[in-house]
Amino acid sequence: MSFNNLDTLYRQVIMDHYKNPRNRGTLEGEDHLSIDMNNPTCGDRIHLQLQVEDGKVTDAKFEGEGCSISMSSASMMTQAIKGKSVDEALTLSNLFSDMIQGKEIDTNGLDIGDIQALEGVSKFPARVKCATLAWKAMEQGVGEDSKE
Amino acid sequence: MDVKEIRKDFPILNQEINGHPLVYLDSAATSQKPQPVIEKINEYYSMHNSNVHRGVHTLGNRATEGYEGAREKVRKFIHAKSTKEIIFTRGTTTSINTIAYSYARTNLTEGDEIVLTPMEHHSNIIPWQQAAKAVGAELKYLPLQSDGTIRLEDVENTVSERTKIVAMGHVSNVLGTINPIKETAEIAHRNGAIMVVDGAQSTPHKKVDVQDLDCDFFTFSGHKMCGPSGVGVLYGKKELLEEMEPVEFGGEMIDFVGLYDSTWKELPWKFEGGTPIIAGAIGLGAAIDYLEDIGLENINKHEQELAAYALDQFDKIEGAEVYGPKERAGLVTFNLDGVHPHDVATVLDQDGIAVRAGHHCAQPLMKWLNVTATARASFYLYNTKEDIDILVAGLQKTKEFFGDVF
Repeated sequence: MSFNNLDTLYRQVIMDHYKNPRNRGTLEGEDHLSIDMNNPTCGDRIHLQLQVEDGKVTDAKFEGEGCSISMSSASMMTQAIKGKSVDEALTLSNLFSDMIQGKEIDTNGLDIGDIQALEGVSKFPARVKCATLAWKAMEQGVGEDSKE
Repeated sequence: MDVKEIRKDFPILNQEINGHPLVYLDSAATSQKPQPVIEKINEYYSMHNSNVHRGVHTLGNRATEGYEGAREKVRKFIHAKSTKEIIFTRGTTTSINTIAYSYARTNLTEGDEIVLTPMEHHSNIIPWQQAAKAVGAELKYLPLQSDGTIRLEDVENTVSERTKIVAMGHVSNVLGTINPIKETAEIAHRNGAIMVVDGAQSTPHKKVDVQDLDCDFFTFSGHKMCGPSGVGVLYGKKELLEEMEPVEFGGEMIDFVGLYDSTWKELPWKFEGGTPIIAGAIGLGAAIDYLEDIGLENINKHEQELAAYALDQFDKIEGAEVYGPKERAGLVTFNLDGVHPHDVATVLDQDGIAVRAGHHCAQPLMKWLNVTATARASFYLYNTKEDIDILVAGLQKTKEFFGDVF
């Protein structure tokens, strides 16, 4: 029995993030950004909190419910953007979006953390929205912040 | 009933998905289409296409005959008294919304109640929420038993003289529960309420007799019963429909149009504004012919056997939880312990097995089940026990795969 195709989607590192999510929980205090987003077609949901100070994401936490792809992606996303500037976080989001659409990406030396592991999602169009949920929440959060 | 022969009528089933023969277990979402239905629609567009009800020319007559002929087929199929009671719509959602807009907003006032069950599809919840908000009416929900059934004594206790509408699915698209429509309609009528039935999940699979059920409105979709998408039916008792105002105004539905006022055609056309769903209705007529040729009783019996077999097989899968009552329609909604249903569906798809994963347009029911999502395998006349064996093997493989990666 071959699991080849599935292995490209469900890499070990993804399963590790799913089973042991990083930055799962809530931030203390009240001066952080808080974003709720869901995927109405499947019911996945994320509650994301971002601490942004002087244009830099100093902390990020999430809670939510969803499949292995959406939850591991949230875990990887929070890990990848922590310590990055808002601009870098948005650049990462664009890179991620390109990557899961199957495009070649050039990281230009930016540390993308574990997110490369989700590359295989590009072969599963039905799962792209699972992978992008957390990133969309992040974009909305920092987008609203910069409007203020 | 020779399922092997029936399968030959469905060209789509004869293909490989990801290197495996397609095992289509998502008919509760939409059914596949047999060749006679595809050919009928093809023939209509190739030979007879024209607009209806204005046929001075020959094609116009043919199109009108085809369209109105389909209406008569629907009437006979659900045993309505008259074709005046058969309105073609876009589908069950449009049918229920028409009742909610036209009937509910005129006949309900503040303090009136609409009684529903928590197992309804969103399309049998939201139209009532909106109507209730518009007129100040209230929604009441019947309690569900732990196996996902309702009790008639709870219907008796919930329906009161304040109740104006009881709206209920004939068969639950998630639990497979078969609801006691006839008995509920009797209780509704005794309290002066009308009975609205969402028949989307029953009409494709069992003989429906609207006069025997004595429901006031009955709704269903063509695409779940071997017909094309984009066509559905609103059945209503003539005396109710006659009192109701149309929801859509425009061409086709008028009697006389003046600059400041207009009058409507008689039933059923006053509810069919605009060029109707001609090819869709004709396709639905062909689907009815196809299903009646095989026999709804035979189809129902076959699906009952598949459901019973599936429940037995699921019993043997460690960590599989099945939702809903033992006595059920031909579907199994389930979860595998520790694996999200989307992941289940993705792994199964790699073996060519199509199941549905998600909330199945029943978020309140998901909440009641205390899950965010489930997977669902649903059966129709073309499914076999072998399909279920392949599904079960796929689920074992899913467990193995996720067991390995953890």
